[in-house]
Amino acid sequence: MLAYIIRRVLQSVLVLLIVGLVAFAMFSFVGDPVDNMLGQERTQADIERLRQQLGLDQPFVVQYWRFLEQAAQGNFGLSYRQGRPVAEILMERLPATLELAFVSGLLALFGGIALGIFTAIRRRGIPANVIMTVSLIGVSLPTFLIGILLIYVFSVELGWLPSFGRGEVVQIGGWTTGFLTESGLKALILPAITLGLYQMTLIMRLVRTEMLEVLRMDYIRFARARGIREKSINFRHALKNTLVPVITITGLQLGSIIAFAIITETVFQWPGVGLLFINAIQFVDIPVMAAYLMMISVMFVGINLIVDMLYFAIDPRLRVDRTAGGH
Amino acid sequence: MKKTAILAAALLAGTSIGASAETLRWARAGDSLTLDPHAQNEGPTHTLSHQIYEPLIIRDMTGAFQPALATDWAPKADDPNVWVFNLRQGVKYHDGSDFTAEDVVFSINRAKSEDSNMKELLSSVVEVRAVDDHTVEFVTDGPNPILPSNLTNMFIMDKGWAEANDAVEVQDVEGGETTFAATNAMGTGAYKLVSREPDVKTVLTQNENYWGKDTFPMDVTEIIYTPIQNAATRVAALLSGEVDFIQDVPVQDLGRVAETEGLVVKTAPQNRVIFFGMNMGADDIANDDVEGKNPLADVRVRKAMSMAINREAIKQVVMRGQSQPAGMIAPPFVNGWTEEMDSSAQTDIDAAKALMEEAGYADGFSIQLDCPNDRYVNDEAICQAAVGMLAQIGITVNLDAKPKAQHFPLITNGETDFYMLGWGVPTYDSEYIFNFLVHTRGEDRGSWNGTGFSNPEVDEMIVSLASETDLEKRNETIQSIWNVVQDEQLYIPIHHQVLNWGMTDAVGIEVSPEDDPKFKFFTMN
Repeated sequence: MLAYIIRRVLQSVLVLLIVGLVAFAMFSFVGDPVDNMLGQERTQADIERLRQQLGLDQPFVVQYWRFLEQAAQGNFGLSYRQGRPVAEILMERLPATLELAFVSGLLALFGGIALGIFTAIRRRGIPANVIMTVSLIGVSLPTFLIGILLIYVFSVELGWLPSFGRGEVVQIGGWTTGFLTESGLKALILPAITLGLYQMTLIMRLVRTEMLEVLRMDYIRFARARGIREKSINFRHALKNTLVPVITITGLQLGSIIAFAIITETVFQWPGVGLLFINAIQFVDIPVMAAYLMMISVMFVGINLIVDMLYFAIDPRLRVDRTAGGH
Repeated sequence: MKKTAILAAALLAGTSIGASAETLRWARAGDSLTLDPHAQNEGPTHTLSHQIYEPLIIRDMTGAFQPALATDWAPKADDPNVWVFNLRQGVKYHDGSDFTAEDVVFSINRAKSEDSNMKELLSSVVEVRAVDDHTVEFVTDGPNPILPSNLTNMFIMDKGWAEANDAVEVQDVEGGETTFAATNAMGTGAYKLVSREPDVKTVLTQNENYWGKDTFPMDVTEIIYTPIQNAATRVAALLSGEVDFIQDVPVQDLGRVAETEGLVVKTAPQNRVIFFGMNMGADDIANDDVEGKNPLADVRVRKAMSMAINREAIKQVVMRGQSQPAGMIAPPFVNGWTEEMDSSAQTDIDAAKALMEEAGYADGFSIQLDCPNDRYVNDEAICQAAVGMLAQIGITVNLDAKPKAQHFPLITNGETDFYMLGWGVPTYDSEYIFNFLVHTRGEDRGSWNGTGFSNPEVDEMIVSLASETDLEKRNETIQSIWNVVQDEQLYIPIHHQVLNWGMTDAVGIEVSPEDDPKFKFFTMN
């Protein structure tokens, strides 16, 4: 078991290092931060001095090594754009993204499962067909368009919900939350729908297909023949067997909700890490870009590692060599 | 005793009712980068600093000089190398300390320090000295007739506050240290900083002890500033009444905002001209299909290209009427601008073709145009329009549009032969344009001159502008430099950008050419 985990952790570290290397190789194509930092009145001497001080005159491998050296000591440097420590900025912005991802995830999971069951059980009804058609639009429309559409309907025309920002937030320790104020909760609704819609339709379609599959199984037919109530068959017998692939997909999608919040955050001016990353790209703020990419890859690698370990716990076949050597 | 207390309370209550609280919720595309007033020389950063800090001189909303912390200024009678500034008396900082000449000396030296982004504007200043508590002298390395126009964004900080908070040095990003002044601000301005979350929200409140309370309308008592990056969201926030005032209204949404009841759009020419530059200096250029020579080196080709551009069509189709066709690369407010030169650009395809033939390029040639896609209003679309227009005279243009962070290094590193650039003139004087765009590229001048143009005579004239005190003679020199620029067709001017501000009809303000609202000028009803 221990050997297995160590091997997986080492593999994860290698993946992280390679992601970082690729990221640094690409930074030079994003543009030159020096132009943004110095303004139009700078002289050639200023440019060279700054480039040297920032180490931008070095090859990317050297820049990457310096980043790793500093990062290993917990120092992610100073944002070129804001002049503040990157770690501080990321910690300030992370709660907004995590809260948004959490709400969207819940929405996608419960909304998706409920609608999936409904469309599977009542698959010939008109409402189910309407839902299926609408969900097709949800999958095919780009996120920013959905966001703009929601803003237009609910903010501009109806005036019910705010079009941008997080509303009033409450500071608890190092965490800011929008869950405790009315304006904070209102501000969450539109971005959460925008971000969660795609995942919700995905889960809904998955649940529907699995459910239809399971409902055709022999044990369901026998249950029906035994006269067990329809409700009990649908929710106790069928649904339980549907959820295994749903949980796997949900776990994998959780990471992408956080990583792909970028577009939703830009549309709604949601002050999370995604918006920070977009600003960083426009300004060529290398320390912020590097730290963000590392953070996201640590997250993905971490989720995968946990999933792998769960498999180990669930699947006895993976433990074969230990039992063989044991007794 | 009790009676007077009640009376005082009633009076206090009376004043607070009299000055009714007016909150202005303001949004624009970007946030200020730092509160340190000398760390960035950039529009949105200066705009926020202008509410909290003050320079010696400001530009009012029309762009004209107005005394701020200095009441009057003039060159010293017996020494043309010295400017004397008389400072305003009785001015207090937000924390109650007095504004004195010592603060000016401290702030100017801070702005001149190596990590300051404002130091180029002060490069002629050798020394700043306090004569007494309310008089300051600026010593320059030669007579500098336009020094005051370099000081309109040069903010004055309290020396005591900076020393007490370890903010004497300008923020130095590469050094890895963040300074107190980058996240805190304390000046003499009309508004005090209440709270700030970068990129999220900044709250300012009126400075009750502001010296200019009776000089300016000061109707706005509280400002809530939220950057909203996405243009559609920004407009939606104004339409839904979540903000009262926005900058950067996209041209395609102007009609929508103006049609909405209770909202108005105000428009004015911006201090920014958009143009194309051409590499005429090289013997052969890399991004064309002509071997062994450089078609752009021929003035007839450059003239033909300018004649092929239909500026009126760009205005109507690409800019939806929101631009002012240009014939020179100076905005209309700038000293040296003339109506005649600015309206000199003519579209004449036949004449252009004739010039191309005369130059030996009857069959045209092909060249790459480098263009930004996130810097100017509809920048990429303008370039696309130009591609079609130049095709009419046989020039095949390959358009390469990139984000600004990749585009501008091409110009400063001399890696482009045909490019788009926009230029604003903060000093309102042609010298600024010549220094950066016309002078031979070198150590101190010509850093944005990507044309390879180099004329020692012109360089000499440009350098002489800095110290010419006879304004009439100086203007004559400016005129003769412009004549060369126009005759050589050094650049192909396109248009002057137009600024749009959207606001509720309660807000009373006109658009300033610098795109920098100063809220003390705003009226609210």
